[in-house]
Amino acid sequence: MNAPVLQIRNLGIDFGGLTAVNNLNMEVHEHEIVGLIGPNGAGKTTVFNMLTKVYDPSRGTILLNGQDIARLDTVAVNKAGVARTFQNIRLFRNLSVLDNVKAGMNNQFVYSIADMLFHTRKRRSNEETIEEEALKLLRIFHLDELKDTEAGSLPYGAQRKLEIARALASEPKLLLLDEPAAGMNPQETEELMDMIRFVRDSFDICILLIEHDMNLVMNICERIYVLNYGMLLAKGSPEEIRSNDKVIKAYLGD
Amino acid sequence: MKKILDNLLHQKNRSRTISYAMIIGTYLIIEILMHSIRMSRLFTSMLVPCCCYIVLALSLNLVVGFSGELSLGHAGFMAVGAFTAIIVSGLCVQMIPDPIIRLFISIIAGSIVSGIAGLLVSVPVLKLSGDYLAIVTLAFGQIIKSLITNIYLGFDRNGMQFSFVNNELNLEQGRMLLSGPMGATDTAKISNFSSGVLLILATLFIIYSLIDSKYGRAIMAARDDRIAAESIGIDILRSKTLAFVTSAILAGAAGALYALNYSTLQPAKFDFNTSILALVYVVFGGLGNINGTIIAATALYVLPELLRSLQDYRMLIYAIVLIIVMQLGSSARLKRSLEQIRNRFARKGDVR
Amino acid sequence: MTFLTYLISGLALGSVYAIIALGYTMVYGIAKMLNFAHGDIIMAGGYAAFYAYTRFGMPAGLAILFSILTCTILGVIIERLAYKPLRQASSLSVLITAIGVSYFLQNSAQLMFGSDTKIFPSILTEGSFRFFDGKLIISYLTLITIFTCIVIMIGLTAFINKTKIGKAMRACAEDKGAAQLMGINIDTTISITFAIGSGLAAIAAVLLCSTYPSLSPTLGSMPGIKAFTAAVFGGIGSIPGALLGGILLGIIENMTKAYLSTQLSDAIVFSVLIIVLLIKPTGLLGKKENVKV
Repeated sequence: MNAPVLQIRNLGIDFGGLTAVNNLNMEVHEHEIVGLIGPNGAGKTTVFNMLTKVYDPSRGTILLNGQDIARLDTVAVNKAGVARTFQNIRLFRNLSVLDNVKAGMNNQFVYSIADMLFHTRKRRSNEETIEEEALKLLRIFHLDELKDTEAGSLPYGAQRKLEIARALASEPKLLLLDEPAAGMNPQETEELMDMIRFVRDSFDICILLIEHDMNLVMNICERIYVLNYGMLLAKGSPEEIRSNDKVIKAYLGD
Repeated sequence: MKKILDNLLHQKNRSRTISYAMIIGTYLIIEILMHSIRMSRLFTSMLVPCCCYIVLALSLNLVVGFSGELSLGHAGFMAVGAFTAIIVSGLCVQMIPDPIIRLFISIIAGSIVSGIAGLLVSVPVLKLSGDYLAIVTLAFGQIIKSLITNIYLGFDRNGMQFSFVNNELNLEQGRMLLSGPMGATDTAKISNFSSGVLLILATLFIIYSLIDSKYGRAIMAARDDRIAAESIGIDILRSKTLAFVTSAILAGAAGALYALNYSTLQPAKFDFNTSILALVYVVFGGLGNINGTIIAATALYVLPELLRSLQDYRMLIYAIVLIIVMQLGSSARLKRSLEQIRNRFARKGDVR
Repeated sequence: MTFLTYLISGLALGSVYAIIALGYTMVYGIAKMLNFAHGDIIMAGGYAAFYAYTRFGMPAGLAILFSILTCTILGVIIERLAYKPLRQASSLSVLITAIGVSYFLQNSAQLMFGSDTKIFPSILTEGSFRFFDGKLIISYLTLITIFTCIVIMIGLTAFINKTKIGKAMRACAEDKGAAQLMGINIDTTISITFAIGSGLAAIAAVLLCSTYPSLSPTLGSMPGIKAFTAAVFGGIGSIPGALLGGILLGIIENMTKAYLSTQLSDAIVFSVLIIVLLIKPTGLLGKKENVKV
């Protein structure tokens, strides 16, 4: 097995007296696509929010390539190599599609405020590269034709894809996708699966995704973690999960 | 040549081209008119203040429109710029006799000090959000006005003298630059229309350079969605500080130009109402809409002046116009018809 | 002993701020808007009481009632004509409209009553209590002001918590959509809120004008800003917050004027506000809103 990129150890969080996630142990290895599934309210998005430090975990460690990122803030976590999408889409609604992706490259290309103000060559060459790279990303997701459209007025499916493109623009090592196929029709979902695999291969990253579409999960995930009531219920390959009694019970009820 | 033209008219740059063309065109027309026919004194007296209000409104739009934070104290920065310029200009009369250079240096000084004030203010302000942020900018506007109201500053042969709260200056044949609530009483009038237009052009250059860069994108991304912006590594505080300080610098420059256009100026001029006035220009012009802001600032500054003949009724009419435009602006039917008009124009543009 | 005098007069000033701040905070809580014209309602209330008493020869009680009635009607009319069509508009549009209304009221007053300052008659009471051989003098007016504030607070709290309309108001403040689904009439509830806030402004006007007896079209601006500050100070949207914020602001302002500097009192009052907000970013009694991701 490849080296682990993400290692979660005994992660937990309490809201007031309520324990939302407890004693969670997970790993994502290089080049892997891992699924995180579970019934509604199981705490999946909460795990993502802890990984990106939108919430502070109450306990546990999060190691990214051996470095503890549980004490960093959201910005630093991204700089360390984690990017994500959101369950309820959070695009920069008033910016163009192109500018959404360009914004994702904010830390990848550096020029000073003086460069900005005096339109130096450094600014120009950086901005040109940003533009090229952003267009490359948009082409992957078939969004290049829509580059001047306001992000807020895109159709739903395109918005989900744009969020992935924006996250990729920040050059993550680990990409977190929160229900990437929600609201997509079967054909779009099919396309999305190809895109996710393509992205994993061409950017050489690992992906952790939350999804309710079992077809997608079973098809593209190499390993799956199942969360229920904030606790790990099962883990294993898609086949193992499919035939796991506890998982079936959790999903179908007693 | 054609490439340059194409570049200027490209959709992305169109707003910028229109801004510059509008300002330079208007400037040329007014200059020609002034040299060919006698313009009324009312008209010529409005030119410099109008330039100042345009710059003030543009600077505020950077905070409200592009950065998405409501500032209710922008007149405070204008005041800092104004009174710094009065002091610098007053102290440099002997040293720099040339009024143009003195004006330039005063404006630079005014914007630097205002920028520093902006940086100091932004530290506490940007820790807050929403209405709480707005109220703190209001508070700062009041504090700045209140502090300036208590400054007594003059100079004589022995140099500069300064006192705070109570006037304890003993000048020997000297000159008072600032006398508390009376403000500046004997400033050399060195602002002129050309310098006002230059200031607008400089402001446009700065704003367009900013919003078209990675820094500008970060500012707007932070406005649209804080959490998403942080998730891709954008430092919200730094982006917002940049917008706020740039805005303070520009507002300070506007204040400096404004101050040096009058021989007397009271700190009370830069009260809450002036902050609100600038906000009205921005909202009328459209958040994040630069050309709209220029037009709105001009129209709304000129309107009450033109209504001067109506005397007592002019502010009443102004108020009614404010209310009605806001009502119309949010009426669904009007929005739809505006949309249709815009689409029609857009289609015509596409044929080209 | 002088300290006590300043403290008590600060308490009275704070009571007036608190009564005005209630108007800001209720409207903010329910309609989610900053009603910048609220200060000018105070001005209207002042003029109403002035004319009722001096020109129409009404007795004091009736003049106050007339003032309350005028402001209530004015508040509801403004809400219906200017703010109601903007329910769906951006908060900035509403803010600008409120500013327009404020200018409108000020300039109407100037046209109708002239821009000169009028002397407000002492319609409440004159005279004062003397304690400790006259070392401590408390005017009846000061006591009436503080007492009025207490009565209003108790009454309003009971109204909000016990009556049906009060419950409707709290429901609207929480979630307008859900309130509507439960059969609450949003428009009526907002109108009632404006009516109460404006009526309170009239009471504040009479108290304010009796303490500082000069009447002018811009009378409401500064107390308006201060009371708004007080509302934020205490945590905007919170009724006990408005009381606490108002009283504290009044005391701080009075103490500053007495012991530090009259000229710098505004600067100091606003500095205190900034410090408080830095320590408690949603005001003293404000609730923190959680963002859902």
